[in-house]
Amino acid sequence: MTEVLEGRPSVADTVWTEPVSLIDSVPRSVAMLALFVVFIALWQAVHGFGIVSPIILPSPWATFMDILFVGQNLISGGYMLPALGVTIAEVILGFAIALAIGFSLGVLVGETKFGERAVMPYLVAIDTMPKVAFAPLFLGWLGFGISSKVALAAFIATFSIVVGTAAGLHAAEENARMLFKTMGATRLQTLVKMKLPMALPQIFTGLKLAAVGVMAGAITGEFIGGGKGFGELIRVAAAQLNTPRVFSLITYLSLLGLSLFWTVVWLERKLVFWRRSSIGEGIAGQ
Amino acid sequence: MTAAATKIEQVGHLGRPVYQLRNVAKSYVRRKLHALDAVDLTLTEGSFSSVIGPSGCGKSTLLKIMSGLVPPSQGSVVLEGRPVTGPRSDIGMMFQQATLFPWRTTLQNVVLPIEIRDGKAAAARKHDAARDLLELVGLKGFENAYPNELSGGMAQRAAICRMLVTEPAVLLLDEPFSALDELARDFMNMELQRICTARNATAFLVTHSIPEAVILSNVVYVMSPRPGRFVEAVTIDLPRPRTLDMMTEPRFGAYVQRIRARLDQGAFI
Ligand SMILES: Nc1ncnc2c1ncn2[C@@H]1O[C@H](COP(=O)(O)OP(=O)(O)OP(=O)(O)O)[C@@H](O)[C@H]1O
Ligand SMILES: [Mg+2]
Repeated sequence: MTEVLEGRPSVADTVWTEPVSLIDSVPRSVAMLALFVVFIALWQAVHGFGIVSPIILPSPWATFMDILFVGQNLISGGYMLPALGVTIAEVILGFAIALAIGFSLGVLVGETKFGERAVMPYLVAIDTMPKVAFAPLFLGWLGFGISSKVALAAFIATFSIVVGTAAGLHAAEENARMLFKTMGATRLQTLVKMKLPMALPQIFTGLKLAAVGVMAGAITGEFIGGGKGFGELIRVAAAQLNTPRVFSLITYLSLLGLSLFWTVVWLERKLVFWRRSSIGEGIAGQ
Repeated sequence: MTAAATKIEQVGHLGRPVYQLRNVAKSYVRRKLHALDAVDLTLTEGSFSSVIGPSGCGKSTLLKIMSGLVPPSQGSVVLEGRPVTGPRSDIGMMFQQATLFPWRTTLQNVVLPIEIRDGKAAAARKHDAARDLLELVGLKGFENAYPNELSGGMAQRAAICRMLVTEPAVLLLDEPFSALDELARDFMNMELQRICTARNATAFLVTHSIPEAVILSNVVYVMSPRPGRFVEAVTIDLPRPRTLDMMTEPRFGAYVQRIRARLDQGAFI
């Protein structure tokens, strides 16, 4: 036996390992940074060759400088800080209202026959409408102050929370229901101790969509109804053809949106600790 | 058929009767489906009985009626002299899935029935008893583990503790270990026997496994295809405590053979 194998690599030396693809071996932060650099280089190239007018596409450098300028203005308490405050207030109030109404309606729809049969069809009907079309109505009812923007933001964000909550409550499996029945649980006990915790992952999917929606609602409200928020600053800068300013203001808005989104994700990880969800869930969902 | 009927009547008048079912039948009106034909059954204190029958013959339906989850279309169910009209705390029930809740530790899952019946404070007072139960089924050290850290067999053992924590007089078991592999299943069956003997609990088991039914039971009821009814009650005359070694005995094989023959026959009725 040994003679036959002599001079050849022994079988035990052959190792079979999982193939590692190139992208797997690169840390996520490095991959993100690399993509960012490529993006900036492309942007600089498009700008440098003069393909697009600077009024339409400013240089990365001009944009970067403007981001610094706006940042300095915000930190030193310049005129942009109150504007940011207004938009933050709209977003937070809108989100809170959407959460309160969306959760209550979700429980009504998910828990009661009446809600499922009578309320749900109307909610679906409204949800399929383009909701920004209601903006002029809110302006007419609530005026040009902050409340009309809050209303639009909340209106846009509510439905995903309703759907998430109701779907989550329906997801409670038959076995768990039966178990609670054998234990003689009341309806409220079943809801609080079983259905709601089980619904949490889907409720959070709804909340993540709402976090995105509430930003869109607030800014749309400011575009259409004016006021003193960040959206108004963007509108003015665009009207003055100050494109770098538009870009840098959008950057700060996306930071605001991201912090809201990440707060929700952080809360989800705290509350739904038994389940690891991916970030994309919620944006890609529905 | 009359021979079988008389046989059923003879069975189980040795100890004190605990469960009495008279002429219980069930039709699911909505689907116009006759699930269960007239079933008569008496379970005596401390006895272990199994029911075996083809899929869809109404075994789970029977168990749900006995536990008060579903009302029968006809007939009466009496437990300890009181008619069963809804879920009761002297009934312990177990299903094929362990159904532990992932946001509760093993210990919190075990005391859940107490928390629901008597509140959080009462559940906290039961922690010591629950720990003893967990130790009994070999889950010592896993009290504070979450269910996703338990294997299937461990989860099922925790579910046994949850069923036992209210100290039920009767145990209704719907294929409790059918999701486990054969080794784990044999082990769990022996555990179950030990627990039932220690507590003098009356047990009623639904299963698809003939050997499992024979090794555990005093009586095995064989059910016909839908609408289900008992076609034979086989008294298993093997000494207790039963051991896994008994499965190799000719007597054991004879019981298995007899029940299998009855089931095959039933499939063509
Ligand atoms: N809630 C229900 N509504 C209508 N029909 C039902 C309901 N539950 C069960 N059935 C029907 O009653 C019959 C008996 O069901 P059951 O679950 O009792 O069978 P089983 O003997 O437990 O089957 P298995 O061995 O597969 O678990 C089946 O035909 C099933 O479709
Ligand atoms: Mg069944």
